[in-house]
Amino acid sequence: MSDPIIICRDVEKWFGDFQALKGIDMEVYKGEVIVIFGPSGSGKSTFIRTINRIEVHQRGQIIVDGMELTHDVRNIAAIRSEIGMVFQLFNLFPHLSVLQNITLAPIWVRKWSKDKAEEIAQQLLERVGIPEQAEKFPGQLSGGQQQRVAIARALAMQPKIMLFDEPTSALDPEMIKEVLDVMIELAQSGMTMIVVTHEMSFARAVADRMFFFDEGLIVESGTPDDIFNNPQEDRTKLFLSQILTN
Amino acid sequence: MTDAANPKLASVNDRPPSPLKPIVWVQRNLFNNLFNSILTLLALGSIYFIGRAVLEWAFISADWRPVTHNPILYLVGQYPRDQLWRVGASLLLVSFLTGMSWGKWQGIMRSFALLLGIGLAILGIIPAGGQLGSLAVRAFFLINVPAIFLGYMLGSRKFVTSGWVLAGWLISFLLIPFLLRGVGEGTMLPAVETSMWGGLLVTLILAVGGILLSFPLGVLLALGRRSSLPVIKIFSIGFIEGIRGVPLITILFMSSIILALFLPPELRIDRLVRALIGMTIFSAAYTAENVRGGLQAVPVGQIEAAKAVGLNNFQTTFFIVLPQALRAVIPAIVGQFISLFKDTTLAIIVAINELLNIGKSILQSDVEFLQLQFEVFIFVAAVFWVFSYLMSFASRRLEAALGVGER
Repeated sequence: MSDPIIICRDVEKWFGDFQALKGIDMEVYKGEVIVIFGPSGSGKSTFIRTINRIEVHQRGQIIVDGMELTHDVRNIAAIRSEIGMVFQLFNLFPHLSVLQNITLAPIWVRKWSKDKAEEIAQQLLERVGIPEQAEKFPGQLSGGQQQRVAIARALAMQPKIMLFDEPTSALDPEMIKEVLDVMIELAQSGMTMIVVTHEMSFARAVADRMFFFDEGLIVESGTPDDIFNNPQEDRTKLFLSQILTN
Repeated sequence: MTDAANPKLASVNDRPPSPLKPIVWVQRNLFNNLFNSILTLLALGSIYFIGRAVLEWAFISADWRPVTHNPILYLVGQYPRDQLWRVGASLLLVSFLTGMSWGKWQGIMRSFALLLGIGLAILGIIPAGGQLGSLAVRAFFLINVPAIFLGYMLGSRKFVTSGWVLAGWLISFLLIPFLLRGVGEGTMLPAVETSMWGGLLVTLILAVGGILLSFPLGVLLALGRRSSLPVIKIFSIGFIEGIRGVPLITILFMSSIILALFLPPELRIDRLVRALIGMTIFSAAYTAENVRGGLQAVPVGQIEAAKAVGLNNFQTTFFIVLPQALRAVIPAIVGQFISLFKDTTLAIIVAINELLNIGKSILQSDVEFLQLQFEVFIFVAAVFWVFSYLMSFASRRLEAALGVGER
């Protein structure tokens, strides 16, 4: 196997006196799909937010595609344009149309022409299954449609890595599937993905490895087969029994 | 399934209830019981008597001579009568650009262009004495109507971009003061000191100038107040809190009189410009606080999303944060501009002949006018009301236009 595209070594993070991450080690290889799960407050969202430096880690090392995350602004900009992120609450720009949401960064960061950016945006809308919504505003779309636009917006920068921070937690049940389908298609296309989610059907379908977080630590990791059929730790068993019976 | 099989379906209305006939509406809402009927009659009675009294005063007993005697004074003050064409040309430029904006952007600019055209056409044909009635002045007003439509035709052409129209406005804001002020003797544009300017002209210059200058300054101060750079942050807070702690009259006094005392004579800034600077910094401090309120209302997730797609701080601020922040505070900012517009009357204390001051001097210009304060002040108030209402109207239209896709 080639070198890992993401290397995290002993990553620690405090919010005031509260230690959210207590030394996370993780290596992610190109094309891998990683699922991170765990109880709320376990640090899983904080962790993936440190990978594109929306949260700043205070100790340890994060290296993305050969570049270490430091205070160097150029490094941060370069890394952010290689990582796409999808948020729990979509965070679409409400004052811009769907098309403008998607083309803004390619035009201003990648310096593409407007025509090229719009052409690619239209292809991405096609890919996420809502080509007819290009001229609408986010407020006119359903939650599932908004999240699919958010995925298209992240993909428009042609990232090497995609981060998903609980992408289906804010959705009505009947809309979860339409978003998961897009994510599964993306995983099968070979995208490197780190997904924080409790959707175990997604993990079973496409995850290469799973990490169980609790209290700022990785408690257990392994393939979906290991985790679902042969969990080693009591905390993992307890948590899985709670979410799988629901 | 047929309707017969499901009686509930058959009874479902297939159209919304039709609106009530006027007579039925009146019966149900104004005369539905004895008490309401009495109230309705009382209200109608008072409307009748008050309305009659007002109309009788306005059309029969009021003496409008101080207003009609020399209307040009209200418009431009003492601006030399042989140079009035320069004011006319400035107005023509504004009309043309308003027409162009109508052609380019439609919406609110359409209403403004039409109102401007109608207003100027009325001024052009209204029966009036003095110089306003002269053919030349009437022509000055009436020529604006074709100018607006000419601008409209040009503005609706494809090859005229928004950038052109904006550039046109920008150039006109630099050109108009130059045109009005002139250069010197012996040229096409003999110098006209600003002490000769007056009336609505000066009121509008102070208001439009103050709004256009204080808005960007206020936005910068609001951003500065949230800056992570201590020097900028402390300066912004100091400026905002310092200015907001002082009455406008004091600021006008300081900028006009005290500043002039300390500056060497060769550095003396024009009096009207000093007043404009005073109004601008005062309004900027309030605008800054309004904008800051809007900045705080933008969810942090918006900034995270902007950063996640790779926008830098500058792009995040100008494409994501400011548009949302400003939209949220349009009513507050327009309110601030309306009060700035009315506060131009305070320039009276630094001897600037704005509209209200002209009214007062007209009252004192003729013994016969001394008792006619009411007429003059009502007239001045009406002029202020029209402009303030236009701003308020524009604010509502702007909110509606920007409300598209609101969550």
